Amino acid sequence: MLATVTATLLGGFLTTLKLFALTLLFSLPLGLVISFGSMSRHAILRLPVRFIIWVVRGTPLMLQLLVIYYGPGIIFGNPFWNGLGEGRFIAALVSFVINYSCYFSEIYRGGIQSIDIGQYEAGQVLGLSRSQVFFRVILLQVVKRIVPPISNEIITLVKDTSLARVIAVYEIIWEGQSFIKGAGIIWPLFYTGVFYLVFSGLLTLLFGYIEKKLGYFE
Amino acid sequence: MQILEVRSLKKSFDNTEVLSDISFTLDEGQTLSIIGSSGSGKTTLLRCLNFLEFADSGLILLRGQKFFDANDAADRSDKAVREKTRHFGLVFQSFNLFPQYTALENVCLAPKLHLEKGSKEEERAIEEEGRILLDQMGLSDRMDHYPHQLSGGQKQRVSIARAMAMHPDILCFDEPTSALDPELTGEVLRVIKGLAAKNTTMIIVTHEMSFARDVSDEIIFMDNGVIVEKGPAKDVIDSPRNERTRQFLENYSRNA
Ligand SMILES: Nc1ncnc2c1ncn2[C@@H]1O[C@H](COP(=O)(O)OP(=O)(O)O)[C@@H](O)[C@H]1O
Ligand SMILES: [Mg+2]
Repeated sequence: MLATVTATLLGGFLTTLKLFALTLLFSLPLGLVISFGSMSRHAILRLPVRFIIWVVRGTPLMLQLLVIYYGPGIIFGNPFWNGLGEGRFIAALVSFVINYSCYFSEIYRGGIQSIDIGQYEAGQVLGLSRSQVFFRVILLQVVKRIVPPISNEIITLVKDTSLARVIAVYEIIWEGQSFIKGAGIIWPLFYTGVFYLVFSGLLTLLFGYIEKKLGYFE
Repeated sequence: MQILEVRSLKKSFDNTEVLSDISFTLDEGQTLSIIGSSGSGKTTLLRCLNFLEFADSGLILLRGQKFFDANDAADRSDKAVREKTRHFGLVFQSFNLFPQYTALENVCLAPKLHLEKGSKEEERAIEEEGRILLDQMGLSDRMDHYPHQLSGGQKQRVSIARAMAMHPDILCFDEPTSALDPELTGEVLRVIKGLAAKNTTMIIVTHEMSFARDVSDEIIFMDNGVIVEKGPAKDVIDSPRNERTRQFLENYSRNA
């Protein structure tokens, strides 16, 4: 039994991992683009971007999943996402990327804006170009400041992936729950918890290591 | 020989005139100090010379040649500014050292980035010079320290070395000791005196009157965006001609 459960849960966990990794792959860079938009000098860009961030951060991810999964089908005719093969997974991925890009963008913005203007001025007075100032002076200081909040957000993402089940993406909890109906046993659910704990534990170690690496300056 | 001439420099921030018609000259190898109460426009003047702000009107001449014309848009392009800014160095009140680099790396970063190709020999030469500069600042045992491991006085000396490493024609200081604990100002002032003794051309904004008197060839007293008085250092401090200068110095010695 243990072997069957483990195999089934591993299958679900693979989906969880895929959703997790692809969300990060797209939302970490997209968040930076959005943060530049939210800091733009031009109100015509800044205000809409800030509005979108406000909507995305102010509504539940669960709601966004449902709207993004069912919305296009109702507007453009069914079936919208299923036409893409792994439709439900992609709908979930799109929702997660939008949601997490907005959260990351706010962290980036906070990090960039927290850097003292004197750092830019010192670089400029030494004759450095704008990009030299950003890449050689500012960037690492921003990275150092945003590692803790980004880590928090990433650990939250590990657990948030379970929300994908509302649109029937067979992630690990979905698989664990199937044993309640099928075999009348509940312990596989606890077993899924172990997967989460181990995975977030490993991530915590990784982020701790990065923070320590960046601890050589203040 | 005259190295700098500032002609009718004006600068306003939202309709408030902060510099009104600033003109002065500076000879090569000389030290000019600028004194005046807070808000009189001293920092703004240094920032205009270093192109952190653009003057609204006026001219800056370097060695008799037109260097910056506030009315010429071409002088404000990023590229033009990058070129011009290298003739001036600026030491900030708050140091603004780069925290992720050691003292030596702070000093060498900009010279290295200015290398065309950057061969190993050139980089080594820059590091060698960086060491010499830090040594002159009395920091030979602090080269590999990060800014957070240094005292305020040490940080300011690193930032002076960092500015020197670009070989500016004119080195500007904006209240270099104002952010320091009183017991640390001496080491920084001594270093600046050392530079003056080697005929470094300098413009120093300071509230240290006796230091200004000792180190400067000439002193400017600014008030409300105008130069009220300019003259030989000892004359301005010991026997100011202008009533406002006298009042400022009196207030100053009463509070000091
Ligand atoms: N960026 C700015 N925007 C608006 N006002 C400014 C700015 N910078 C300086 N000022 C104003 O200009 C005046 C002169 O400031 P400053 O040059 O810093 O004087 P000082 O260095 O002599 O104390 C002050 O009244 C200050 O408030
Ligand atoms: Mg000032």
